[in-house]
Amino acid sequence: MNFRLIVHIARTLLLARVGQTLVAAIGVTFSIAMFITLLSFMTGLNDMLDSLILNRTPHVRLYNEIKPSENQPVNMAPEFKDSYNFIYSVKASTSRQEIYNSGPIMQAVKTDDRVLGVAPKIMAQVFFNEGTLDITGSIHGIDVEAESNLFFFQDYVTTGKAMDAKNVANSIILGKGLADILLAEVGDVVQVTTAQGERFPLKVVGFFQSGIQEIDRVQSYASIGTVQKLLGKSNSYITDIQVKLKDVNMAPAVAKEYAQLFQIDAEDIQTANSQFETGSNIRTLISYSVGITLLVVAGFGIYNILNMMIYEKMDSIAILKATGFSGRDVNRIFLVIALSIGFFGGMTGLLVGFIFSSIIDQIPFNTDALPTVKTYPINYSAAFYFIGSTFSLVTTYLAGFFPARKASKVDPVEIIRGK
Amino acid sequence: MSEIILEARHINKCFHDPVTVQVLRDITFTVDKGEFVSVIGKSGCGKSTLLYILSTMDTDYEGELLIDKELMTNKREIELARIRNEKIGFVFQFHYLLNEFTVLQNVMLPGLKLKKLPQEEVEHRAMERLKMLGIDHLASKIAYKISGGEKQRVAIARALINDPHIVMGDEPTGNLDIRNSEMVFDIFKELAEVHNQTLLIVTHDQSFAERTQRIIEMEDGRIISG
Ligand SMILES: Nc1ncnc2c1ncn2[C@@H]1O[C@H](COP(=O)(O)OP(=O)(O)OP(=O)(O)O)[C@@H](O)[C@H]1O
Ligand SMILES: [Mg+2]
Repeated sequence: MNFRLIVHIARTLLLARVGQTLVAAIGVTFSIAMFITLLSFMTGLNDMLDSLILNRTPHVRLYNEIKPSENQPVNMAPEFKDSYNFIYSVKASTSRQEIYNSGPIMQAVKTDDRVLGVAPKIMAQVFFNEGTLDITGSIHGIDVEAESNLFFFQDYVTTGKAMDAKNVANSIILGKGLADILLAEVGDVVQVTTAQGERFPLKVVGFFQSGIQEIDRVQSYASIGTVQKLLGKSNSYITDIQVKLKDVNMAPAVAKEYAQLFQIDAEDIQTANSQFETGSNIRTLISYSVGITLLVVAGFGIYNILNMMIYEKMDSIAILKATGFSGRDVNRIFLVIALSIGFFGGMTGLLVGFIFSSIIDQIPFNTDALPTVKTYPINYSAAFYFIGSTFSLVTTYLAGFFPARKASKVDPVEIIRGK
Repeated sequence: MSEIILEARHINKCFHDPVTVQVLRDITFTVDKGEFVSVIGKSGCGKSTLLYILSTMDTDYEGELLIDKELMTNKREIELARIRNEKIGFVFQFHYLLNEFTVLQNVMLPGLKLKKLPQEEVEHRAMERLKMLGIDHLASKIAYKISGGEKQRVAIARALINDPHIVMGDEPTGNLDIRNSEMVFDIFKELAEVHNQTLLIVTHDQSFAERTQRIIEMEDGRIISG
């Protein structure tokens, strides 16, 4: 193989036309840079929007739904086994939200290899009393540490410290919207009435902002112990077990399995939040289409320039062929030309794209809705760089393919005779 | 009995555009090793057409062509390219050089393509040939920055780089002034006499032809003498 010679010839031909080469390469650079920037930015936004909900949503949630028993006693009675039983006016009985045996279940889930972590939770519906006003809301009793580790709770506590919910007795962290309604400041005491009618004073130790105002207006957090006390329940009372998995895609399977295993309701994140996925997918799709369109345009640019180059280099091609270079050699020379434009243009494009992304990453982006976000979000996934460089090579190869084939078919006799 | 380098057997060639015209008729001849042959004939009698066939660049003909006793007819393009590279040196009327390359690189390219010798050796041989033709001082110049006569000598050096069995030329002096033509002729003569190089040169120049060892005269697509 004469590969070195072919590269040498290709390089000399390229360098003799620096201007043209640069135009072609800049086309590739531009499109790859845009591709990278666009995808990094779009995916960054996607991730941010997803994280608004998905980061804080357990991958699998175990709970007891209040619903009538599917197996009514009459169906279990042996004497009515063979008959068809009509039962009217079925009601849910003993509305027990509590997860029975929560301790052993948590132990079992924790030892599962697929599980990243487990956090218990109590949901309590309450009224916040402000003067004569009763405002409905909910208090989530959480294990502050587990909640912070798994669901980034501390990130959303914008005022005060998340850990104070645990460290300060009878304390509460209010949603910012709720606090505004209650005119509560950190250090104030708010009155809470439970569904059972009991009234409790709780000390405000912080505010949180989830980024979703509807949530912030009704929700608040307290430690599990505080909520257990509030509801007058024992310290084994838990209504939800939140499971975070190592691989979120396993969630539906794991949920099904746990529902079987623990005889409990289990909901997976995909079912709970299907609409978010659709949104992200469409945004990603748009970014890819725009990026690939840019690349195709750059590809046509290369195609044109190579075609032009071949017309200019007809004489050179004829000489090469007359002196013993085969059509295949000529073909390779022009493919190497195309690919090196793609390679160097693409490499520069990756770099420029990275720089653009970093610049966007520095632009301040402050919004009340997103307390954790200070600048525009960027996703620096290596996958985009990989796809970008692959695509730049593929498009330039395709753009070079036909011109190179044309060059390889040049008949030297025709050129030499034509002089 | 001397060795036959090139043999044409009953070569016929037609152009079909726009009407079928037969340009070469039953061309049969041989060239021996070391011969200095010139081909003459009126304009349009088919000299260039014949030369393109003999140089294996044109494969669209009837009859048989043998170079170094090897049948060229119906060989694949890639094999013909290799034979051109190794066994045939070609000098055109218009001094075809690769303008992006230096004089030395132009001479070296067919040698590098052949890949029989390492690069340094090819370079050494290229310099030798440039020296022989008195243009070694131009070695590092870009090819389009030298004069016409110099270009033609570079083309000859390039034709010689792989020690070809035969050097073919299509009016190599056709575009040169008398002084340069003389110089090119002297080079060919020296190649033939001193280096025993086989040469087949198409020319319009009667005095050029008369000083070669053998003249093949063509008329209307036929060889009429030689
Ligand atoms: N591509 C072609 N299509 C049709 N006819 C052609 C083609 N090329 C050459 N011819 C014809 O073939 C004949 C021989 O052409 P050729 O170039 O071989 O002549 P020549 O002897 O080299 O002439 P000159 O001395 O002027 O160079 C001419 O009549 C020419 O018109
Ligand atoms: Mg001619």
